[in-house]
Amino acid sequence: MPGAMRGIPAAAPSAPRAPSFDQCLAASLFALLALLPLLSHGIASSYSLLVGERAVIFAIAALSLELLIGAGGLVSFGHAAFLGIGAYAAGIAASHGLGTLCLALPAALAASAVFALATGAIAVRTRGVYFIMITLAFAQMAFFIATSLAPYGGDDGLTWPTRTMVLGRPILKDQLTFFYVCLALLVATYLGVSRLIASRFGRVLRGLKDNETRMQAIGFTPYLYRLTAYVIAGTLCGLAGFLLGNQAEFVSPAYMHWQRSGELIIMVLLGGTGTLYGPMLGALAFLLLEEALSRLTEHWKVILGPALVLTALFASGGIAGAIAACRRRRAAPRVPVTLPRLVHHLLDAGLEPARSWRRAIRRRLLRPAHLFKRGAHRARAACEPATLALGRGLQALPSLAERGLRTSVERWWRR
Amino acid sequence: MKRAVLKLDALSKSFGALRVAEAIGLEILAGETHAIIGPNGAGKTSLINQISGALAPDKGRIVFEGRDVTWMSMAARAHLGFARSFQITQVLRHFSALENVALAVQARSGSSFRFWQAAAGEAALNRAAMRSLDSVELAARADTPAGSLSHGEKRRLEIAIALAQAPKLLLLDEPMAGAGIEETQRLVATLKSLKGRYTIVLVEHDMQAVFALADRISVLVAGRIIASGEPQAVRANAAVRAAYLGEAT
Repeated sequence: MPGAMRGIPAAAPSAPRAPSFDQCLAASLFALLALLPLLSHGIASSYSLLVGERAVIFAIAALSLELLIGAGGLVSFGHAAFLGIGAYAAGIAASHGLGTLCLALPAALAASAVFALATGAIAVRTRGVYFIMITLAFAQMAFFIATSLAPYGGDDGLTWPTRTMVLGRPILKDQLTFFYVCLALLVATYLGVSRLIASRFGRVLRGLKDNETRMQAIGFTPYLYRLTAYVIAGTLCGLAGFLLGNQAEFVSPAYMHWQRSGELIIMVLLGGTGTLYGPMLGALAFLLLEEALSRLTEHWKVILGPALVLTALFASGGIAGAIAACRRRRAAPRVPVTLPRLVHHLLDAGLEPARSWRRAIRRRLLRPAHLFKRGAHRARAACEPATLALGRGLQALPSLAERGLRTSVERWWRR
Repeated sequence: MKRAVLKLDALSKSFGALRVAEAIGLEILAGETHAIIGPNGAGKTSLINQISGALAPDKGRIVFEGRDVTWMSMAARAHLGFARSFQITQVLRHFSALENVALAVQARSGSSFRFWQAAAGEAALNRAAMRSLDSVELAARADTPAGSLSHGEKRRLEIAIALAQAPKLLLLDEPMAGAGIEETQRLVATLKSLKGRYTIVLVEHDMQAVFALADRISVLVAGRIIASGEPQAVRANAAVRAAYLGEAT
């Protein structure tokens, strides 16, 4: 993916740089989120704030996964385990009356880090589909351990006695405060991850994704860097888990279910890997879609599923990819980013996928004859082994029947 | 007599029934350019892979400056001073040419477990990388993504990366492979400028280039070294002519 470059100028002299387009987009996203409490004032304000909180928390989780997928090339299918572990660690601490910030938060982070270190030490030795399977396996282990934690609710989950206390006061209980705390942590995560990716360490990680052999030949041991990245990403996701548990004042094994891990991957891919604003937008878009569709019908997954398939088919770069494509198209003269232009870009970015989708749909779907022919061909090819086997079976049937008949006759005769 | 930088001691390797190295003994002297030639499938690349650590030998020892490195990883050997180019170009396609080289500098200067400072802004790394690019005449292409460089440029970039490692031993696996006539001449000129400054092991098919560059030549046929010595002696060697140059004796 060209995303490996991530807009870092190659020969950057250490002169101060103007913020890049990506950074501007992220900043305006944060600004919009910060305005949410004002916008949602009035109608069902606390509910929309609740959705906003979830979006912000999942954006943190998506950022941590992007560190693995986008920078490290490690597609983890067990990332939700860290959500659960962070929430369980803080929840268990709270249930023993240790629900203060200076205990619960370190507990959540440390538990996630330890789990990441222990499982990563094995998982990071594998690549590709094996890495996917092994992370999934570890997450399922965590899931089943959680369901068997009888003292802490087992299957039913654990209700926290209270949200995490700050200096003995229930500061996080206030919804507005909690929202802004989550948002501040998201901004901090974004800054941290973007520095990390551009740092020496991040450069090695990106290099390993690009060409492992070359990196080994110049003296880097892949294992150490990948394991470190895995632990960092796991810890960050543990932070998201801590917040998620706080928001619901509840944690259940469902937090770690493999479906949740899949959703996290979808958020990253829907938003577009290779940028940092992509996964954040992806988390936002996913949760809003889920929210809007579940209001529409009970069977919202029937709509969401095909929508995601279409995204994968027609907009493989996700939202970020669509934005980048439309920027490339109008990039001819280089213009500084100003607020009106930014608004224009944003509007355009919203329209562009629609335009390209329309084109793509016209091209690929509205040629039914062609599509049908290809489909029929594929179906035939797919059925071929089955037809062959069936044919052989039919051919063999008479002789089998004959043999069966003969043996039974012989047996009867001998008796 | 010059001191030997690298000693191969009865190195053997086979893939199933195929023997790619049979008791290879070889000494590479400090500062020399040692070419390894041989027909296709003779085991030249396997030999380079064993020396650089990409492939483990079945038997034998590899001694580098008095240290047994036989079982060291490729990365560990790189830190000792091994640098190599590959028969099939291995560069970081999505990184600029400069960053490709800067990473090699980064690998040998300070820890890479630094998480905050932007690596692309480290002037010391970029300066050293630029010098290295300049020595292979790629400075003008510093900002181009390595994936968009021409084939010949990629070959030179690989050499620049190797040079940035400040190598004590340069392993070049067919640096001229796939390059056009003009590019080959350019590469030969580049390698000539390195000759004498580095200890080089050169695997190459282009005989003109080999005879222009090598101080000594070893001929590898079916995993065995059948001749080793000065270019003129090798050229005159009857066994080499029979087995390799395909001439009847």
